[in-house]
Amino acid sequence: MRYLIPLAVFAVMVIFLGIGLTLNPREVPSPLIGKPAPEFLLPQVADAGKTLSRDDLKGQVSLVNVWASWCASCREEHPVLLQLAKQNIVPIYGLNYKDERDNALAWLQRFGDPYAASAFDPEGKVGIDWGVYGVPETFVVDRDGIVRHKQTGPVTPEILEKKLLPLIRQLQATPS
Amino acid sequence: MIRRLLPFLLILPFAAQAVEIREFDDPDKQLRYERLIEELRCLVCQNQSLADSDADLARDLRDEVYAIIQSGKNEQEAVKFLTDRYGDFVLYRPPFKVTTALLWIGPFLLLAGGGLFLWRQVKRRDTGEDLALTEEEKKRLERLRNNLEG
Repeated sequence: MRYLIPLAVFAVMVIFLGIGLTLNPREVPSPLIGKPAPEFLLPQVADAGKTLSRDDLKGQVSLVNVWASWCASCREEHPVLLQLAKQNIVPIYGLNYKDERDNALAWLQRFGDPYAASAFDPEGKVGIDWGVYGVPETFVVDRDGIVRHKQTGPVTPEILEKKLLPLIRQLQATPS
Repeated sequence: MIRRLLPFLLILPFAAQAVEIREFDDPDKQLRYERLIEELRCLVCQNQSLADSDADLARDLRDEVYAIIQSGKNEQEAVKFLTDRYGDFVLYRPPFKVTTALLWIGPFLLLAGGGLFLWRQVKRRDTGEDLALTEEEKKRLERLRNNLEG
């Protein structure tokens, strides 16, 4: 009995610290989940004469991927996005964050362009509205324009298969 | 001595001025701005405040906070701007909510629990429960006494 209480305290601590170890402190939960996507209106990367806005996202489930030519992890996830774009499951909209147009265009030319369109946000103002703090970030937006999920960091094939695609299919199946 | 130190003394103001210089139309606003960015966390280097961090995002967020304060709005509005976008995580002092209740009350619960434990220990010692002799000890004491007398 005398050793039981310290042992119990120790066990509880082990459990809590163990859970703590599995959490990723880099992953900050987004307050945008379940809320309408932040409004934006930006010129497109490919054509400064065209714009991309929040309204363009509405009517279908879409992915919004924040990327930049200076971002190394973006290159890592790029093949995954290209593969996904080929499958025509969901449109991917890009948010080109704090980049230069020439660099962004060269990057797309060199590595391929999976985006239906990319918005050009050189000052990162729209990025701040979306709560961007570590590129790449990927948002799942439903057809009503509500943010449903945020992935911080590169999309891996595993994350795509296990998290994003099931959610996208589920959102596509639910009538609005 | 002072000559040797002079170059170091001259660069001291720059060392202290890691954050860009901001101009305010009101010293009170400056004070509020400076106090605020000390209390907000940078999301890129999570153990630094917006004031300390040299990250690009921290600079952008300082710009936003500066613009809000300079336009005459109060601190709450600046804090709301950031928490609407980045969540409570940006606050070094999290608000009291259901999810943070344990964080706030936890230490007091531990203190109360520890106090209760201590009180019960002390009380038990007072009543002498533990000090009372067992049957065996009483017999031994009896024997020792008999030996002494005899």
